[in-house]
Amino acid sequence: MKLMNTHLHAISVIAEKTIKMDIVIEKKLLETIRPGQFVYIQIGSSSEHMLRRPISIADVDIEKELLTLVYKELGEGTRKLSQLKKGDPLNLLIPCGNGYRIDQLQLSHALLIGGGIGVPPLYYLAKKLVEKGIKVTTIIGFQSKEDVFFEEEFKGLGDCFVTTNDGSYGQQGYVTDSIEKEQPEFDNYFACGPNPMLKAIELKLTDKKGFLSLEERMGCGIGACYACVVPTKDEKGSKKICQDGPVFSAGEVKI
Amino acid sequence: MTLAINLPGLQLKNPIMPASGCFSFGREYSHFYDLSELGAIMIKAATEEKRLGNSTPRVAETKSGMLNAIGLQNPGVLKIIENELPFLGGYDLPVIANIAGSTVEEYENVAKALRQTDLIHAIELNISCPNVKEGGVQFGTVPEVAYEVTRRVKEQASVPVYVKLSPNAADIVAVAQAVESAGADGLTMINTLTGMTIDLHKRRPLLSNKVGGLSGPAIKPVAIRMIYDVYKAVNIPIIGMGGIMTTEDVLEFLMAGASAVAVGTANFQNPMICKELIDDLPTTLKQYGFESIEEAIGSAHR
Repeated sequence: MKLMNTHLHAISVIAEKTIKMDIVIEKKLLETIRPGQFVYIQIGSSSEHMLRRPISIADVDIEKELLTLVYKELGEGTRKLSQLKKGDPLNLLIPCGNGYRIDQLQLSHALLIGGGIGVPPLYYLAKKLVEKGIKVTTIIGFQSKEDVFFEEEFKGLGDCFVTTNDGSYGQQGYVTDSIEKEQPEFDNYFACGPNPMLKAIELKLTDKKGFLSLEERMGCGIGACYACVVPTKDEKGSKKICQDGPVFSAGEVKI
Repeated sequence: MTLAINLPGLQLKNPIMPASGCFSFGREYSHFYDLSELGAIMIKAATEEKRLGNSTPRVAETKSGMLNAIGLQNPGVLKIIENELPFLGGYDLPVIANIAGSTVEEYENVAKALRQTDLIHAIELNISCPNVKEGGVQFGTVPEVAYEVTRRVKEQASVPVYVKLSPNAADIVAVAQAVESAGADGLTMINTLTGMTIDLHKRRPLLSNKVGGLSGPAIKPVAIRMIYDVYKAVNIPIIGMGGIMTTEDVLEFLMAGASAVAVGTANFQNPMICKELIDDLPTTLKQYGFESIEEAIGSAHR
């Protein structure tokens, strides 16, 4: 993990309050990044925002030396990030967390399940899986039509099904409804999204090996402050989401 | 210019150290710089048995500060002695062990357990944690209770005892005088102020513990005022803390009466902050006309 100063290369709105940022990062560092890892980004340079914001890595372009982040404007900190312009300075801790360790897995078909702002890290994961010759099916769920993003990108990598809670786009319902309907074939699943979604998936796909990426409010971002913990399944201990996670095997922690 | 300062049990190369709870046991920050550069380290609070802490969310950002309610999560004092202190023993670094408890007996037992290690140089007696249901802050707000727990921990401890004072006391000077008369070797101040923030969407307090401890630059003026008042009323040294971000902040704490300072929340925004402050402090001291640390201590009182 490195503490570094860099700058913004491009910024755009890709869905409702959903921002895509390209950040300049040197090739050598980009090559070390695993899908599912995140950056811990400083808001401004004053003392107003004392806590950085964890944002998952959506894509890596080693040739262009660019890192892509996608986040949702949910409060003052992320709103401030969105006001940045090309060339503005950024301070990052990068890369944070463990990520999806796909090199250690034997599989031929992966099911990727994303909910809302849990979708971005699955994109770089899908690219890396396809690179390894693994077939990818993606199910992504959003609140409503205007929240949908990355559908085309995922379709370029395999089958992609979209759900919306209000039915304004794709199938109406939750990602679990789509799993029910499509009955996709897969060896392992990889999920990222809100805790109720992860819990429902874990309960539904009990016969398959899966990996869940969790989110929590963080303090230090490096494992020192114990703010972002999650109890282990036996509730006898806990794991740190920023350091031991954000990716856990299904059944490892109590969501 | 030498930044060295000697305090009971502590020969500090410089007056900068990370505050307890913000730095764990140093491992994570050792990837950013050599921990031997620090004046000392205040390690995460130890209780007698392992504690799992509160539910999440445990932190929330507020303007120029943050609220935390970790709830003293730690593996218990014996595991800390076994697994954490040997790592710190590899550095040229005085270690200050923060101890907490729900009862006076628990405080005594933690202090007693720490007698079996020679890898700590002082104890920070945490009678001011606002985030646990029992113990913590209740020991730090009433002078008679603070006196009693200090006296009993002093009887058990084999190293100097610094008592961490709570800004939530009605009269912090009275608490400071009480623990001094109970034999405290020094004071550390201030712990966090109790606070709350409410989630507008969920219509309930954001932290799962509801109440948290406010830290960061937002509380610095409170810390300065309290150190200024306590410095006049006691004859034991003070390690100051509360929102330090810059070398000017450090100097302000020294002027108010602190002999050294601890940096907490700022480590989260900038993991390099302690090292940067140590490197830049001589320039700031010179800029304001000081030849040594000692000259600056309490200089706002003269």
